[in-house]
Amino acid sequence: MMNLITYWPQLANGLLITLLLMLASVSAGLVLAIFMTLCSYSDKFMLRKSVDVIVFFIRGTPLLVQIFLIYYGVGQFEWIRETSLWFILREPMACAIVALSLNSACYTTILLQGAIQSVPQNEIAACHAIGMPKWLAFRRIIFPRAFRIAIPAYSNEVIMILKGTSLASTITLLDLMGMTQQLIAETYATVPFYLIAAGLYLLLNGVIMVIFKGLMRWSAIPQQSTQ
Amino acid sequence: MHFDGFILQILLGTLITLKVALCALIFGMVVGLVGASLEFIPNRWLRYLALCIIFIIRGLPELLVLFFIYFGAAAILSNVFGHYVDISAFAAGVIALGLIFGAYASQVFRGAFLAIDAGQVEAGKAMGFSRSQILRRIQLPQAWRHAIPGLGNLWLVLLKDTAIVTLIGLTDMMNQAKIAASTTHQPFTFYLIAAGIYLLITSVSQKVVQVFSLKANRYMHA
Repeated sequence: MMNLITYWPQLANGLLITLLLMLASVSAGLVLAIFMTLCSYSDKFMLRKSVDVIVFFIRGTPLLVQIFLIYYGVGQFEWIRETSLWFILREPMACAIVALSLNSACYTTILLQGAIQSVPQNEIAACHAIGMPKWLAFRRIIFPRAFRIAIPAYSNEVIMILKGTSLASTITLLDLMGMTQQLIAETYATVPFYLIAAGLYLLLNGVIMVIFKGLMRWSAIPQQSTQ
Repeated sequence: MHFDGFILQILLGTLITLKVALCALIFGMVVGLVGASLEFIPNRWLRYLALCIIFIIRGLPELLVLFFIYFGAAAILSNVFGHYVDISAFAAGVIALGLIFGAYASQVFRGAFLAIDAGQVEAGKAMGFSRSQILRRIQLPQAWRHAIPGLGNLWLVLLKDTAIVTLIGLTDMMNQAKIAASTTHQPFTFYLIAAGIYLLITSVSQKVVQVFSLKANRYMHA
């Protein structure tokens, strides 16, 4: 039992990769989601339709299939292997980040669309009434409002990404899950290592929740206290 | 190119995928109902324990839960019985996915039961219904209506999660696609076919959930 502690550098390494995957995917996914949400409100029919199609495809298929499609699938095409893109797409880390951020972007897009729908109509009408251009109204009124509405649901999405990073271990990445598997293969201490990994994942969960609690408190509209 | 043969194999794998998903759904529904009823038990510590287990399962990656049940439980049972115990991949998949489904479903059921007006249950009592009659005739039909949208979403999540059972060696659709991909060196084609089948199943499921929801709400006036 005691010698499990000697494996902490490996576990810390795995945890670091999991964190890296998560942070990269969350930030890239958020940027992509905002872009896709804007596209889905554009005047161009093709732009709106293509966002719909991407979201439909990503939300309808398992993350594992998406990871495999990007990591194993892309190599099938000769022409991609000749471009400089190949330097990125043959790295499992990059593939996992691309897959995870695409995945989270699509779920977040739906979330943001829903949040924008629930921005009170009279606020949007007020923007029109004082002559705000569409983009300015979006930037100043609708988006900040929508973000506030979306934050609680978005915290779930971030936890989903954290859980999704464990699938990166299937494409040879030694994240927390992959490292756990490797250590188990070395030591045959199956249950203890799974329990350690479970504890670490729950800890990360807790950290995410605390961060979002803070974010919610920070972004809350100051209310007049009714006393 | 033995393209047709691979397609046939993938379709056979699809059946396994559906079988895992349906068994996990049934198991998960039971777990969810039990989980939801645990939250109404009077003993505070039992209730905390139930909530704790639900919280833990919801917070862990699906892959970890699956591996824990397939490899971890086998290790524990082997220790207990003193000889090697093998858990079938199918059973492990169903139990793991069912537990995950159940952990989320218990919240859905809890919300659905709480959404029923307390007056309904009181009316049942006043009419002299027994507890089980109240549950069967009054609570379940109405809770079902509130639970359908949530359960529908969970079913879609479950369907997509079934892909991970391929990692414990079950020959489901993903596994067949993997075999086809590595034999023909056309990974993109075959993973895309698998993605297409998942897309088809989820789209059909969404329609079925809509029908269920319409059927359950047919007495409701808008």
